[in-house]
Amino acid sequence: MVDRLVVIGASHAGCRLAFAAREEGFEGEVVLIGAETAPPYQRPPLSKGYLKGSVPLAALRLKSDAAFAEARITLRLGTTVTAIDRAAKEVVLAGGERLAYSKLALTTGARVRRLSVPGADLDGVLHMRDLADADALAAAAKAGRRAVVVGGGFIGLEAAASLRGLGLDVAVIEAEPRLSARVFPPRLSEWLRDLHEAHGVTVRLGAQVVEIVGRDGRVAGVRLADGTKVSCDLVVVGIGVIPADDLARDAGLAVDRGVLVDASGLTADPDVAAAGDCARHPNPWAPRPGAPIVLESVQNAADQARVAAAALFGRPTVHDAVPWFWSDQYDAKIQMAGLPDPDDEILLRGDPASGRFSLLHLRDGRLAAVDSVGWPQDHMAARRLLATRPVVDRARVETHTGPLADLCSPG
Amino acid sequence: MTDVTFILHDGTRRIVDVADGISVMQAAVMENIKGIDGECGGCLSCATCHVYVESLEAGELPAKDPDEDALLEGVAAELRPESRLACQIVMSPALVGLVVRVPERQV
Repeated sequence: MVDRLVVIGASHAGCRLAFAAREEGFEGEVVLIGAETAPPYQRPPLSKGYLKGSVPLAALRLKSDAAFAEARITLRLGTTVTAIDRAAKEVVLAGGERLAYSKLALTTGARVRRLSVPGADLDGVLHMRDLADADALAAAAKAGRRAVVVGGGFIGLEAAASLRGLGLDVAVIEAEPRLSARVFPPRLSEWLRDLHEAHGVTVRLGAQVVEIVGRDGRVAGVRLADGTKVSCDLVVVGIGVIPADDLARDAGLAVDRGVLVDASGLTADPDVAAAGDCARHPNPWAPRPGAPIVLESVQNAADQARVAAAALFGRPTVHDAVPWFWSDQYDAKIQMAGLPDPDDEILLRGDPASGRFSLLHLRDGRLAAVDSVGWPQDHMAARRLLATRPVVDRARVETHTGPLADLCSPG
Repeated sequence: MTDVTFILHDGTRRIVDVADGISVMQAAVMENIKGIDGECGGCLSCATCHVYVESLEAGELPAKDPDEDALLEGVAAELRPESRLACQIVMSPALVGLVVRVPERQV
């Protein structure tokens, strides 16, 4: 019987999982399959430094050729998996080749959600997910003057900030009444709007794009539900992603907007794991603790991949790392620890006008998440403090400017 | 290309030849140096590339950005005067004989 780990998806989770298999002592073959032709690369800088031209391509590489060789990981790039045959324990590649596995990992990531309006496939309608997207956007930004960003989440706002930095006129169109409403309390949404407007971005809230208007097959503008037309040369769509769970579903594995895995990262098939943006997993930090969620972050991809590799090779553990995220927009460093719930009570610490403040999320009276702007110390402290779910000394939150830990106690 | 020596937590030394313009974090992640995670990709957000600078024969390390200082305050391993975030040390031929020690843990 073959002794081979096949990893489908060669981004953050896939790479981490392949190397983690070696750290778990797996001595068989490791084959890492990637659909893109570029060797595995870091995604976060794509919408930030790479788009602005301050981070070169060479600096994006996740692992060197030598590192893959040393860990005896075979990279199959530009390779698409079309099916998984779990009965035969084989993956089927485009072209028909069948590759046997003893262990299989799904790190297929997510696909961008596309606008479903007339004109959505015009030239100049771009997304922000992979290297090709970033290159296309950088090229369009060079040629263009005016950009419309559809979606005021992290990706859209980072793209807006980067495009502004490249000298384009930028309008952000957000369907919700405020920016990044899914992840941020109103206070932070307002601050973000002020930030972008101060940098000359037009922010339209509660606005629905109903058509992308073209001229000669190219984008010329977008039309909003209220009839307004916003002229532009390029449109960046950042309205979220959809977990790539088709292969798993077609292979008879349980999916629900993501591949369903247990806390150790395994599917119901003990020889198949999933990790990263494609994996719906029970998470102790979810607003309803233990509820199955998908987390789209590098930190989650890396942590979950390590846990999944351990489980595949007989050392099941629990994926329970405190989730954290970050976003860089202009010079603002926005960092989040824990997962927010819309019902959280929010306490403000620091002064938003100074660009240095934190929002403390209280749930059942205990600290559940912290959003920090320009306050890396608070973020670092929060990542550690959250694990103990401390109570917060409310009376001092507004006035105490020292360490966050001073405000927290086990209660 | 410039050599950087990493001393791993178990005492193993590994020498990596780093291209100009690439940070010590990036090189460590690319060459799979155990104990340097570099999860944020060098955006100064995560503090998972903490190293101790042991020695430098020639050249000068870049001064610490206030954000680097702020993140270092929260590192998991002991904070020492020679603590740096490896993502902030970008290699150039001017930096000769850089030796960094990888701490016990990053998170």
